Amino acid sequence: MLELCLTILGMGIVTYVPRMLPLVILNEIKLPPRWHNFFRFIPYAALGALIFPGILTATGSIPSALAGFTAALLLAFRRVNVVMVVFGGIAAVLMWQLLVG
Amino acid sequence: MATFAVTNKPRGTQSLPPCGLAAFAAGMKAGLPIAIGYLPIAITFGLLAKSAGLPNVISALMSFAVYAGASQFIAVQLFSLGTLPWEIILTTFIINLRHLLMSAAISQRLPARLGKGLLAGLAFGITDETFSVAALQADETLPPAFLAGLNLIAFAAWNIGTWGGLFFATAVPPALQAGMGIALYAMFIGLLVPSCLSERPVLVVSLLAIAFHTGLRYLPWIPSLSTGWTIIIATMFAAALGAFLFPQEVQEDA
Repeated sequence: MLELCLTILGMGIVTYVPRMLPLVILNEIKLPPRWHNFFRFIPYAALGALIFPGILTATGSIPSALAGFTAALLLAFRRVNVVMVVFGGIAAVLMWQLLVG
Repeated sequence: MATFAVTNKPRGTQSLPPCGLAAFAAGMKAGLPIAIGYLPIAITFGLLAKSAGLPNVISALMSFAVYAGASQFIAVQLFSLGTLPWEIILTTFIINLRHLLMSAAISQRLPARLGKGLLAGLAFGITDETFSVAALQADETLPPAFLAGLNLIAFAAWNIGTWGGLFFATAVPPALQAGMGIALYAMFIGLLVPSCLSERPVLVVSLLAIAFHTGLRYLPWIPSLSTGWTIIIATMFAAALGAFLFPQEVQEDA
């Protein structure tokens, strides 16, 4: 039990430090334009990398994942509310499983 | 229902309440899709940890103190395999190292020179999802209270879901679980696509990241790396190439 607790503590520390250090250190620094530009692209790059190819394995079957992917893309292209994109993606996966299996 | 399609507005518009309770509430509202996505995943985590024989207090502590989805699932698996503690900690470190980039990016979007304690507190809530929602707000400078509200609703959903899985749920129907598995991906798509439609550099950088990440995962001559590393590498290369290809576009409205 003690070992488990210490392991969790260790996991907590190694997760927290990368979250905390850049924010605390860089907040008081005005980064040079080139770096600033790099960091402004980070969210979009991270989102791209987080979405694909991970989404293909999100539901346990590639066809149903593609159904959810397509529905979410179509809704997002119409610029609907993010909550609606989430529900649309879930609905598409459920419907695919219900109709196709 | 309120609109979250803030990315339709040009960068630099001030649309969030500047401070206080209103900004906090706006953050909670913006975090709603995250909470919807987190709940079923956290319930699944609780169920899985319970069935793997991990003590409930340890699983609850993990969601509270580590608070990082993928690494918690992997840790449960490693615990049940009898993996050494330092290996579990090292794996967790690598999986969650990508938050370095996100934390650095957010540091430039908060008012300059905030108190270290406040920053250290806000940093605890940085996840892929809270980062994405925060970073894609139209406001160039994010009110700290907004980030606090966003982080809190996500953290609460993750912990409540974990308890639900540990103490109440018996099983999530497989069909529903699969449907919910797409939720956070759909949220990412809902956040990213409108920005891609309005700014070509954003589209190019996102597609580059997708191409890099897919290449890193599937190209046969590339050594197999953990997802922790492939996300970091793909993100850094795509953002760096973007900064190189589009030096002005994004700076103009900075």
